[in-house]
Amino acid sequence: MSLLIKGGRVIDPWNGVDGVQDVLVIDGTIAKLGVGLKAPEGGAVVDATGNVVCPGFIDIHVHLREPGFEYKETIATGTRAAAAGGFTAVACMANTFPVNDNRAVTDFILAKARVEGCVRVYPIGAATRGLKGDELAEMGEQAEAGCVAFSDDGKCVMNAEVYRRAMEYALPFGVPIISHAEDCHLAHRGVMNEGLVSTELGLAGQPATAEDVMVARDILLAELTGAHLHIAHISTAGAVRMVRDARARGVRVTAEVTPHHLVMTDEAVRDYDSNTKMAPPLRGKRDVEACLEALTDGTLDCVATDHAPHALSDKEGEFAEAANGVVGLETAVPVLLDRLVRQGRLDLPTLVARFTAGPARLLNLPGGRLSVGAPADITVLDLERAWTVEPRHLLSRSKNTPFAGWSGTGAPVLALVGGKPALPSYPLAISGGAA
Amino acid sequence: MTWKRKDLLSMQDLEAGEIRDVLDTAESMKEIATREIKKVPTLRGKTVVNLFYESSTRTRTSFEIAGKWLSADVINFSASGSSAEKGESLLDTAKNIEAMSPDVVVVRHKASGAPAMLARNLRCAVVNAGDGAHEHPTQALLDLLTIREKKGHLEGLNVTIVGDVAHSRVARSDIHGMKTMGITVTVAGPPTLIPAACQELGVKVSHRLEEAIAHADVIMMLRLQHERMTAGFIPSLREYSRVWGLSPDKLKHCRSDVLIMHPGPVNRGVELSPEVADGPYSVILDQVTNGVAVRMAVLYLLAGSKGA
Repeated sequence: MSLLIKGGRVIDPWNGVDGVQDVLVIDGTIAKLGVGLKAPEGGAVVDATGNVVCPGFIDIHVHLREPGFEYKETIATGTRAAAAGGFTAVACMANTFPVNDNRAVTDFILAKARVEGCVRVYPIGAATRGLKGDELAEMGEQAEAGCVAFSDDGKCVMNAEVYRRAMEYALPFGVPIISHAEDCHLAHRGVMNEGLVSTELGLAGQPATAEDVMVARDILLAELTGAHLHIAHISTAGAVRMVRDARARGVRVTAEVTPHHLVMTDEAVRDYDSNTKMAPPLRGKRDVEACLEALTDGTLDCVATDHAPHALSDKEGEFAEAANGVVGLETAVPVLLDRLVRQGRLDLPTLVARFTAGPARLLNLPGGRLSVGAPADITVLDLERAWTVEPRHLLSRSKNTPFAGWSGTGAPVLALVGGKPALPSYPLAISGGAA
Repeated sequence: MTWKRKDLLSMQDLEAGEIRDVLDTAESMKEIATREIKKVPTLRGKTVVNLFYESSTRTRTSFEIAGKWLSADVINFSASGSSAEKGESLLDTAKNIEAMSPDVVVVRHKASGAPAMLARNLRCAVVNAGDGAHEHPTQALLDLLTIREKKGHLEGLNVTIVGDVAHSRVARSDIHGMKTMGITVTVAGPPTLIPAACQELGVKVSHRLEEAIAHADVIMMLRLQHERMTAGFIPSLREYSRVWGLSPDKLKHCRSDVLIMHPGPVNRGVELSPEVADGPYSVILDQVTNGVAVRMAVLYLLAGSKGA
């Protein structure tokens, strides 16, 4: 079974490729790249002329909500949302119910993903039992079962001793500890970023320092233990600076940033729309600029959505009472293609790298590259495709997007997982080929 | 008359001309309080719902009297605790009330932004009677009316607001309204009770009471909530009262024609000593009287001036 993707601009940062080439896929793996490749007899063909062909995009920070919160999202709906957004693999956080702090839950997620998922799913296990922050989770068995990292994401492990032990214990498994850096005392009851906007709105603010203090602590713990620390959803200029300094010193720290923290500030909270409420909160202009600069220079390894679906009943009502989090899988690529690449603030190959090689290296995943023999996970972009975000059209079970009504140009038009379209229909058609 | 708004949600929204309209209208309403029969037919057949999710004596009573003197049907809906505790969302409650066709909903809620959310979802007029630490526009309007009455004008005056600015919706509304009317505003209090980026609101910030009140034409003392102490913002009420409370000897540093104001209810002996609260500089009860006039003006502008 073969598929030839013809005539597209291939951008594969892992292999340093950027040019018009054809990509030949045979039996679900990359068989050959080159100019003027011929489609094998009876093989399928995609005409990607004018489009951009990339390794499959990877989102390492997603809440699939299953088991336990199926009214918000399921593995089936969440992976469809991922596939629609151009992602071919996601890593899902452990704050399900029950918490993914033991092998049984990891096995369940992987089994469900095999049957109902349409992109690859990599579970992230809890670092502490029940996300309570006081006893270690069974990381050994979970790593064996397939967990690619450990994190109490959604909560911060406030006890530094416990976190030190978690980092040390994870060392032999060669996977990172992912930190949700938020000092819960400093964050206090803050429901948005502390600053002029919080003062004017009369909403309790949490200072950027609540994040910075924890990033500082975790970097020191990584230095002490030698562990690979990954900072989730970094959002402040201070945290970015500390990560940059720590990397220069040789500390094993990586970091991700969300699309919303790259293109929105706390000004967006002004009409008390709870779809602008998330943790960490939308920050100030200076923080947004620092995050973009760090994404550009490689201090930040990847973009990750922190896709956090919530039902309307969790989000409607008073801002202070609403749940934290926004969906992001279906908007990440279009929003960044338009607001960053099209507006000339970030070049396309760098953005592609932050969605492919960056996350794949960080979690030691097999994807993120178009190397011969690698799985044929491929994302195709159409830089001229116009879009408008209509919440009711999202495939995610939840519609809590901060980008409702946004429009722009540039979007994914095809996502292949193991050489096959992740969704039954895509804007970019595949012609020919035996089913 | 230039009033065109559906709702009154914040002082930050209002322009000087709109504020002047409310104050002028309120001034003309004051005469009604002096009549033997305190009732005019202006809002006959109109329904005003007071939707109060937080306890309030003077604001609710003030709106109720204002509505009744204008002949509106006034219904009080008090919900104890938060909407979540009641098991019915604020929006559901409000939509149920709207289904009964009120003309104005006056809402007080502990959540900042709750009136804005109602205004977006309801066809009737919404008046913010205090939302969280956000705004309390009718309080600012009655403060401005009181100052204008006593001083004859607003522009060029110096007002100092003292106390828990961080958690005060009154302070925010006063700051916006006063700035718009050309008043120079100073806020003073311990740094823990001054909100982030406060100077960016266009006010001076002082951490010394004597210095902050020395040149003030008006001193607005804010109520200190007792829970600020347990939450660690101040060490004790005793110390707060000594440093930030207004006592007769601190008043010696002030102008001889200074006005002392307070949005109420006063913590006597904490932010204001009884001698000052009841003393010659105090216009606290004038504020309450003017509160009714301002709320009559607001109800009239929102529900009555469009014609029946």
